[in-house]
Order: sequence, then C-alpha cells, then structure tokens
Amino acid sequence: MSTLALSKPRLGASTGSAPRAAFGQIVRNEVRLALRRPIGLIGGVGLPVALLIIFGQIPAFKQVLPSFGGGSIFDAYVPVLMCFGLALLALVGLPNPLVSYRELGVLRRLSTTPVPRSWLLAAQGVVQLGTAVITVAAVLVISITAFGVPVPKSPGGLVVSLLLAIAGLFAIGLLIAALARTTTAVNVIGRVVFFPMMFFAGLWLPRAEMPRVLLDVSNYTPLGAMVQAVQASMKTGFPPVAPLLVLAAYAVVFGYLARRFFRWE
Amino acid sequence: MDVLESGTAGRLDTLPEQAGSQPAVEIAHLRKTYGPLVAVDDVSFSVAEGEIFGILGPNGAGKTTTVECAIGLRTPDAGTIRLMGLDPQADAARLHEVVGVQLQTSALPDKLRVGEILDMYRSFYRHPADVGELIEVLGLAGKRKDYYRSLSGGQRQRLSVALALVGQPKIAVLDEMTTGLDPQARRDAWALIEGIRDRGVTIVLVTHFMEEAERLCDRVALIDHGRVVALDTPAGLATRAAGGKRVRFAPSAPFEDGLLRALPEVTAVEHDGQHIVVTGTGELVNAVILALASAGVTARDVQLDSSNLEDAFVKLTGRQQDTKEGATS
Repeated sequence: MSTLALSKPRLGASTGSAPRAAFGQIVRNEVRLALRRPIGLIGGVGLPVALLIIFGQIPAFKQVLPSFGGGSIFDAYVPVLMCFGLALLALVGLPNPLVSYRELGVLRRLSTTPVPRSWLLAAQGVVQLGTAVITVAAVLVISITAFGVPVPKSPGGLVVSLLLAIAGLFAIGLLIAALARTTTAVNVIGRVVFFPMMFFAGLWLPRAEMPRVLLDVSNYTPLGAMVQAVQASMKTGFPPVAPLLVLAAYAVVFGYLARRFFRWE
Repeated sequence: MDVLESGTAGRLDTLPEQAGSQPAVEIAHLRKTYGPLVAVDDVSFSVAEGEIFGILGPNGAGKTTTVECAIGLRTPDAGTIRLMGLDPQADAARLHEVVGVQLQTSALPDKLRVGEILDMYRSFYRHPADVGELIEVLGLAGKRKDYYRSLSGGQRQRLSVALALVGQPKIAVLDEMTTGLDPQARRDAWALIEGIRDRGVTIVLVTHFMEEAERLCDRVALIDHGRVVALDTPAGLATRAAGGKRVRFAPSAPFEDGLLRALPEVTAVEHDGQHIVVTGTGELVNAVILALASAGVTARDVQLDSSNLEDAFVKLTGRQQDTKEGATS
C-alpha cells in the first residue's frame, strides 16, 4: 500500500504480455525529459547545493555553539538542505509530469497499448528517486569534503532515515498528483505545502532554536521528522524510533490516499 | 504518400454476412450509461476483416463511447464485444497487442523527438513494425530528430497514426483522425488509410465528415442517441434516406402535371415559380424528358439533385450535420 509498492511495475494477470524492455525505454525517455526540462533538477539538486555553498561562506555559521549540540549552524543546515531538495522533487518534480501526462492524454494512449499505464508512474518514480539520490549525495559529499562536516556516525541509520523520508514525501507528491487537475494546480499546491513544511524543517529558524511548542509540531511534520532522523544519524548514531515512525506513517497514509484518489483520466 | 496512392482502388464489396469468415469486430447490444446519462443505448454491428468501417453521427451521439468500450478503455454496462475474438476486458493485454488505437485527443510530451517516441512505443509490442519503413509510409522520414513540439497538426496526427500502427495491429481504430487538418492533409490521410487497409488491416473510422465516410468507408453505421439508426454502404444509405431522386427544370411551355404523374418513375410533381420539381426513382430524368418531348415541351435549366450521405444524415438523425472543419470538441 505504500509508495514503494506503487513505484514498482505491478504485473496483474491481464498485463503480463508487455515486453520487459519497454520499462527501460520508458525510463530512458523520462530521463531525457528531465534533462531537457531541467526545472526539477535545478530546484531539486541545484538550489540546495547552491544554498549549501553560500551558507558555507558565512563565517558565523561555522561557529560551534553549545545550543546546537556541539555542532555549528552550518552542520544543522545540512539535513535541512537535503529536505529542501527532496521536498521540491517530491512535491513538484514527481506530480508535475504525471498530471501533465493525464492532461495530454498520454496515460490514455498508454492504456490502449499492451503496457500497463502504471509503468509510467513507476518510471517517473525511478527518475525522481535517482535525482533524490544525486541531491543527497551532492549535499553530503560537498559538506564533508569542502566544509568539514563530520562523516555520518550511522551511515545505515542515514540510509534508513532517507528512504523513509523519500517514501513519505513521494506519497504526499502522489496525492498531489491524484488531486490536482492541471499542472498549474500542482505548482500552486506544491508551493503551498512546501513552504510551511520547510519552515518546520528549520529553514528560517533552526530546530535547535524553536520554542517548545513549534518543536513539538515540527516533530510530527514530514520534514521535521526527517531533519530529526538525519541529524541523529549524522551526529549521534542510529536515529530514535519516533521520527522514523512518523515518516513511515506519512508513507502509508498518503500512499493509501494517493492510490485511492488517483484518476487516470 | 506516393507509395500509397496506387493502392486506392478495389473496395470490398462483400458484406460480413457474405464473407463467411469470423468478423474482425463484433459488437452486440452494447450499453453504457454515466449516471443518468445514457451514452450508448443499444449498439450492435460487426466489421469484416479488411473492411473500412465508418462510425458516423452527431457530437454526443455515442460514437466515442462505443469505441472506448470496444478498446477496453471503458467497461460496458451490458452487451458483448469481441475484437479478433477477444474480450476487451478479459483479454485486454492480448487485445492491445492486435488492436492499434489513435485517440481523438491525445498529445505527447513536447520535448521528445519523433524517433524517441516511436522507439519507445515500438518496445511495447512483441511483433513491432519497422520504424524506418513506418515513418517513410507516413511521410515523417525527415522528422525523426524533430521535437514533438515542432510538428505541424498534420504531422502530429500522422505520428499518432504511426503509434497506432507500430505494433502491426490487425485492427486500427482511428477516432476523428482528420479533424483539424487542412484539406490537403486530409486527402493525404485518406490515401494513407486506404494504403493501411491494402496491407490487410481492418479499419474502424470514427468521423463526422460526410465526405470522408463517403470516400473511404465500405460500410457506415450511423449512430444517434446511442443507437444505430442505419447501417449500410454510404451509397445505400444515401439512396434509402432520400427516398429517390429529384429533377428540377423550367418547361418551354405549360403542360398538364398528369403527363408526368402517369409515369411509373414519378412519385411527385411540384411547382416552384417558373420551375417544376419532379421526385421519383429509377431512370427519372430520361423518363421525364421523353414524356415532355412527346408533348412538344422541352426542359431547360435541368438540375438533378442526387442525394448524398449528408442528406441521409440529416434525414435519419433529424439534425443538421456540423460540416465546419475542425468543429468538434
């Protein structure tokens, strides 16, 4: 029921005859489209990396502060910028092409071929997942090599946290794809959801400085939970269960809603 | 396009009842409703292999819904559908392997190239056509590297037809494929359709252009209010609906109407100012002119109204057909 189930080609009894090579061809064209209309790449990869480099130039951000758990403001921003990239990919990058395919009638055309139309959804998921991996890798590598951020304490915990975060965020993105009728609507909804989520991730006010009430709310938002889990994996070790459960809950609930409300036409 | 021009002769004269083989398409008592709206009430017809079969009717008559049910996009409320013996719901994947569909409103991403789109759709089928040959036949050979965005309306339409044919289907369903094309592009498309049929593909053509149906179709089903109101060859439909022929002329001298009424070919004689309008059947013109000549009267300014499919349409549906180009939704 989660997003991950959606992002694999589901081979029902009546759809078994399409050649497997078709999936690769669909992914290949999706990659081409992503490269030729690089708005997703710019927002999802370019922006967080650019912000990372800019923040790296601010001397005050490099000071180690006791209130930041012995890290610097810059250290605190690393997971926040990962959030930034992943959220843009999930909330705009993922639903945008899907809704445009529905608008254009691509999904309709696909359902007159032997290929199940869910393959196009899956291909889009693969492309966005690939981009998400690039974002995370770029932010990590640059912050460790160029700005002296310590190597993550728990790489396994980091991977688990990021996978759950991606599942939760993609599920929200799929629900947007399910509900939005036009690509314009996707962009509006995506933005309306993005900014409050980024607030609770700590883009403007780091979580370490949030008042108690805001922090409590933040813990239950997808990006707040993601920052909590990623930060723990980087600084202390395997993250606590609470943020991981929050992310998993988003994946399950929104994945279910997306499936429930998704319209092919 | 030139390749195809040669193959336009030789219509199929055999109707499916006479052909004896299994029909390519068989639809019986199809019914589909959307809530209180009855889109398709009761539609039955069958299409022989190798036929070009037209589905004609006013907007909202149920044409598209019929086709959508036939290709498995919608689930009928009642009735049976078989395409090449396959049920669109139960055997969807096998059916889509042998039925190519060109949908009325279906665009493609702007930033994909023609070749990339064709290669992708080609990979969907187990026995695909050769892309090089296909784009040659469809006049897109020079466009392989072009973005979809840069194609003209006619080229997009032909690409859409290419995608319907890339799986080497036995049946091609073409929904309003010439809507929005300029007259030359439309003529090219007609030659193309005849060329496809000459390769042994059965064609189901949804159209609202009378001229198109008249020119291309072996048989036509006229659908209105979700029912088949007539099913015949285009010529047969026209004759049946018009109830005969009409001759209009100005007599050189007055004469008694009875002279013409007595003729077995004549069913009615009417006066229209200086002109006389005679309705009848058979060799009407000859009979009228001979009878007039025997009375010493000559007919001037003779006009013969031969009715066409358009008349049939108006007569059978009781509405004026929308003949404006591209005027469909």
